[in-house]
Amino acid sequence: MGRCCCRCCCPRGLWMLSAPCCDDRRMCVCPGPRRIGIPVRSSSLPLFSDAMPAPTQLFFPLVRNCELSRIYGTACYCHHKHLCCSSPYLSQSHLRYTNHPAYATFSRPKESWWQYTQGRRYASTPQKFYLTPPQVNSILKANEYSFKVPEFDGKNVSSILGFDSNQLPANAPIEDRRSAATCLQTRGMLLGVFDGHAGCACSQAVSERLFYYIAVSLLPHETLLEIENAVESGRALLPILQWHKHPNDYFSKEASKLYFNSLRTYWQELIDLNTGESADIDVKEALINAFKRLDNDISLEAQVGDPNSFLNYLVLRVAFSGATACVAHVDGVDLHVANTGDSRAMLGVQEEDGSWSAVTLSNDHNAQNEREVERLKLEHPKNEAKSVVKQDRLLGLLMPFRAFGDVKFKWSIDLQKRVIESGPDQLNDNEYTKFIPPNYHTPPYLTAEPEVTYHRLRPQDKFLVLATDGLWETMHRHDVVKIVGEYLTGMHHQQPIAVGGYKVTLGQMHGLLTERRAKMSSVFEDQNAATHLIRHAVGNNEFGAVDHERLSKMLSLPEELARMYRDDITIIVVQFNSHVVGAYQNQE
Amino acid sequence: MFHRFLSIIRSQRTSPRWQNQCLARSSASASEAHSVTLPAQAEVVICGGGITGTSVAYHLSKMGWKDIVLLEQGRLAAGSTRFCAGILSTARHLTIEQKMADYSNKLYQQLEQETGIQTGYVRTGSVFLAQTQDRLISLKRINSRLNVIGIPSEIISPKKVAELHPFLNMHDLVGAMHVPEDAVVSSADVALALASAASQNGVQIYDRTSVLHVMVKKGQVTGVETDKGQIECRYFVNCAGQWAYELGLSNEEPVSIPLHACEHFYLLTRPLETPLQNNTPTIVDPDGRIYIRNWQGGILSGGFEKNPKPIFTEGKNQLEIQNLQEDWDHFEPLLSSLLRRMPELETLEIMKLVNCPETFTPDMRCIMGESPAVRGYFVLAGMNSAGLSFGGGAGKYLAEWIVNGYPSENVWELDLKRFGALQSSRTFLRHRVMEVMPLIYDLKVPRWDFQTGRQLRTSPLYDRLDAQGARWMEKHGFERPKYFVPPDKDLLALEQSKTFYKPDWFDIVEAEVKCCKEAVCVIDMSSFTKFEITSTGDQALDVLQFLFSNDLDVPVGHIVHTGMLNETGGYENDCSIARLSKRSFFMISPTDQQVHCWAWLRKHMPEDSSLVLEDVTWKYTALNLIGPRAVDVLSELSYAPMTPDHFPTLFCKEMSVGYANGIRVMSMTHTGEPGFMLYIPIEYALHVYNEVMNVGQKYGIRNSGYYALRSLRIEKFFAFWGQDLNTLTTPLECGRESRVKLDKGMDFMGQDALLQQKQNGVYKRFTMFILEDHDTDLDLWPWWGEPIYRNGRYAGQTTSSAYSYSLERHVCLGFVHNFSEDTGEEQVVTVDFINRGEYEIDIAGCRFQAKAKLYPIASLFTHKRRKDDVELSDLHGK
Repeated sequence: MGRCCCRCCCPRGLWMLSAPCCDDRRMCVCPGPRRIGIPVRSSSLPLFSDAMPAPTQLFFPLVRNCELSRIYGTACYCHHKHLCCSSPYLSQSHLRYTNHPAYATFSRPKESWWQYTQGRRYASTPQKFYLTPPQVNSILKANEYSFKVPEFDGKNVSSILGFDSNQLPANAPIEDRRSAATCLQTRGMLLGVFDGHAGCACSQAVSERLFYYIAVSLLPHETLLEIENAVESGRALLPILQWHKHPNDYFSKEASKLYFNSLRTYWQELIDLNTGESADIDVKEALINAFKRLDNDISLEAQVGDPNSFLNYLVLRVAFSGATACVAHVDGVDLHVANTGDSRAMLGVQEEDGSWSAVTLSNDHNAQNEREVERLKLEHPKNEAKSVVKQDRLLGLLMPFRAFGDVKFKWSIDLQKRVIESGPDQLNDNEYTKFIPPNYHTPPYLTAEPEVTYHRLRPQDKFLVLATDGLWETMHRHDVVKIVGEYLTGMHHQQPIAVGGYKVTLGQMHGLLTERRAKMSSVFEDQNAATHLIRHAVGNNEFGAVDHERLSKMLSLPEELARMYRDDITIIVVQFNSHVVGAYQNQE
Repeated sequence: MFHRFLSIIRSQRTSPRWQNQCLARSSASASEAHSVTLPAQAEVVICGGGITGTSVAYHLSKMGWKDIVLLEQGRLAAGSTRFCAGILSTARHLTIEQKMADYSNKLYQQLEQETGIQTGYVRTGSVFLAQTQDRLISLKRINSRLNVIGIPSEIISPKKVAELHPFLNMHDLVGAMHVPEDAVVSSADVALALASAASQNGVQIYDRTSVLHVMVKKGQVTGVETDKGQIECRYFVNCAGQWAYELGLSNEEPVSIPLHACEHFYLLTRPLETPLQNNTPTIVDPDGRIYIRNWQGGILSGGFEKNPKPIFTEGKNQLEIQNLQEDWDHFEPLLSSLLRRMPELETLEIMKLVNCPETFTPDMRCIMGESPAVRGYFVLAGMNSAGLSFGGGAGKYLAEWIVNGYPSENVWELDLKRFGALQSSRTFLRHRVMEVMPLIYDLKVPRWDFQTGRQLRTSPLYDRLDAQGARWMEKHGFERPKYFVPPDKDLLALEQSKTFYKPDWFDIVEAEVKCCKEAVCVIDMSSFTKFEITSTGDQALDVLQFLFSNDLDVPVGHIVHTGMLNETGGYENDCSIARLSKRSFFMISPTDQQVHCWAWLRKHMPEDSSLVLEDVTWKYTALNLIGPRAVDVLSELSYAPMTPDHFPTLFCKEMSVGYANGIRVMSMTHTGEPGFMLYIPIEYALHVYNEVMNVGQKYGIRNSGYYALRSLRIEKFFAFWGQDLNTLTTPLECGRESRVKLDKGMDFMGQDALLQQKQNGVYKRFTMFILEDHDTDLDLWPWWGEPIYRNGRYAGQTTSSAYSYSLERHVCLGFVHNFSEDTGEEQVVTVDFINRGEYEIDIAGCRFQAKAKLYPIASLFTHKRRKDDVELSDLHGK
């Protein structure tokens, strides 16, 4: 705790809860030893002093989580980049993002920042931040989305019953994105979560474009030709994807033309490359190609630029920000997960005795993954072995070891400088973009190439959870699978109690039922498995039960504070149809 | 074959458990099921071998009908009847329901003696607990009404309750009602006993025979198609319980029977260590939503939860039947409630949680009677979980209905024809029964309205009125304004305004009433049923002259108030008929008459293509301009003289109002105030309403609702069909002799009965009571159904009541009978008899003095208009 750098930055020994300095932990240039700094002396906490007499109450579970997350291998990082810049390399550099106004004010000196804090309304007059259960629900449910695969003739032939998704922002605006779509020209469904860093531009672009690249990669030669001919002759195009979007999931209209042209170039190349042998398209290869191609296009678009100044700035922002991606492709019993970065895909398996177990279908690409560290070291000269992964970060800076965008870790220094100089002024003013990572000798250091895992679905595989690390760092995978599993079975066929044969008294039964009801009450509030999971992730107390008070406090944190307590959380829960999966199995 | 399995049952008698018997029964009938051929024809075919079906069969055979076939798709008494909790309770809200339950009680009691089949009948009595004062009031109201129809019951203190039942926690009780003659019975055995008695009287019973559909020709039942062949028949009785809805729809000409099933749970326990006496009273704790009866030394306890689970929405579904499992989590609130009421039962061992679906109807009353669409198609179903209590009585009334053409009691409240096809939507039923089932134990306060299944039929002005603060009630699916909340007034929340005392809208309605009396109000009365009868010749007049009691051969443009009587002279309908032309009539009847009146007219009109009956309810929006200034508003809008000379009362004219032409204006109101009814083709409704409101502004016009209307009509002693009048009341009994053409020498339906009654005198008389020592602010308000006492002796019940803002007194309307002091027989009621009595009205056990009046109070009628008004409007008009 003594190592906590926050203390040394805070002249008065106060732990600045209302520090408006939260920012992206991935790009933290200061390798703070802890995810969250623990106050040595929690003297004055104006925000919570009324609502919660002893601030540590709130932090205690966080400490636990923090420790848990250490155990489970989440990287240590610091949210207080601005304050705890004790990094030997960059001690004086105050980075800021100009991407959005929330961050534009961060580069003020400590003194004025202190005044700023003091001047806050709530600093002088403590206020309660209690939210009523309906308010909590409206926050949790604001982004929830459910999709049920339509049943045909009363028979659902898809191996997917449907999916629930939701996201809870911590950054303002949220940097996570999610996508879900059904492939119309091939079978199968695509689902993905994208965790952006250094802004949301890259994750937004990837969420819009990646599935098209994948779908195109999967298309047979004839279909590609047909589409190309249609474009050529101005005919109506074959629809490729059926999106399943929440109203908040937007697509940028401005870049649509640009994106389309890049995509068209891609399929034209695919058509040209076709050697005539109509071999079965390998999904794994298609996924890898699509990821790499999209990242390549992002990079190229930024290098080429666009005459439209808005688009020009957009493609640069996309390229200079980054995003991880975790995408699942489900076709019948074939489940492919392509992962780039530290989001995770987890399969919920119900054992014969009804208990739940978790099967991880992706590997995190970060410092906790020894193979990744090994890979990086091998890809670069021996003398960089120490600097390429430093303080559990890529070049001491970036947490995920694979990502889209992030050209700062991909382009040569020359290229970076050239693009920035010829770029718009906004880019030039941005110190972050100008800053070249230390020990930057043999780029690229970063790739978007995904690791693809294949899993053949079995009837006991009940659901798949795709989530950004915002979830995984607060909850253990076993808890995640257990909560979702119990939620889903509770919703559909709650294990009924039957007396049959046993000697049960009215009193015993009553006790049992009261217990069950208490357990179920939180389930009944949610119609969406992802929402239910977020409720637990944010509101769980030490005993693994949702604590409304805690939930209410966590959700009432002001924008600038929320990021200190949690990351953006995005979750997709895909439910499988065991009957269909079983039928597939029996066929063979 | 039937006798054989009865004998098997008798041999099983030693076992006390009916569940076991059911098993025995099933195996017995299963082995016999195959070698059966159905008769080719019968007089009556009854579908359903539950308590209702067997009861109808029993009563029909008792009344001497022989040729009866009863079909049951499974085994006799195997549906809801088998799983019924077996509680017979007479404490009901409607008098007709109390009578049915009372009859059932007496019938079941002697059934064992009559048939030799044990029915498990034990007179345990029942105790209804009140946790709140409001509940106690509700019980007191029921108590008063039970006593006057001869069912003993009393209100008792919590202490006394504890003496009646050994385990009862009475600390949270404020009182209770004890009904000592209520009983418990094995419902399946009752049904079997009824079946056995019926079969001894010649009824043929076939189980494992399903009715596929009913064959109909020319709107008349001709036979039944079953899975074992056809049976020709004249009458078909649908007693199919929760399947009655589907069976009704299976015909080519569907019969709409609005009912829907919900899952219902009750708990069975093993016996207590010292087994509970088998005469331990049944406990009903409506505030705790549970009932508890003794059962084989242990208890049987179930309830009506707040969150019912509707089932079989999409019809009979084998999967759902199989999945009818115990749902303990669903039962948890009821179990908590049970343990709160009887904490000592904690250690009692559970035997079983039974899930037996019960059937509910949109208004919580059962459904009986003949289909309006198919003659000879009778229905008895939708018992709202009181099948055992009502089964006997309801079967009797339905049998009378089939044999005599009408039942011996007024059953309009239960008549199938109170519903139409509009209540037949599955979605509507599903939503509505979810409200109805909890309502069984909810507190029923005056003027409650259903909240679900609303906004089905609305006037085109609905949104306009709603925006102006209208609060709505529903009648026959139609939204009608109750009153208008002024913008500055904040009414109590809905929950809190549920009261037996002075309601929170009192002042609002007062202002509306005052406006009706002094200025002008507009009331949207579009829900009224409107028919047009036209013919090429004189057929329309001839038919109407026969069907209606008043002389309709009036000059064109005149309006006649008249009743539509049945053979016994009772009102089938009370309506106003305007003669539009020589050959066409416009008929306005109460809202809920839409189906009944249509069926009655269809039934009695000759098959004649030149005679056309049309339901034009939907074509017209009806606005009632009510009040002394209505005439000014209307003459300003029409530039036509509206003075009594030009437009006498009870006159109808098509004229223009505002820009809209062809508005049917009638100089009549339904309250006795001066005013006009405007029948407006719906596309003009908004225009006319806007014009009326604009022009009316300077005359102080405002919106008004049905509560004001009700107060106005009751203080003027206007009887309404459905509330005050029914099929058993004649015009002579309610002082409407002047509306009957007895002296004109014309033949009309019911004439003979009326002539006889005129000679013999009437046995009851419609009377107005003005409460004397009633404090409107502090005392309980009358509602309807309160007993009337004459010189300290019961003399009848009220039918409606309202506060009269002019008299500043409560006014109750009701019928006074003259029950002989010795025999209780009804005697002639003379004017003198009424006038010489001292009257009291019993409101929840508290009697208030009342002054009886046979004629309306003349000073309330303000037909005369002030002189200056006449001159002013004349100026406008010319």
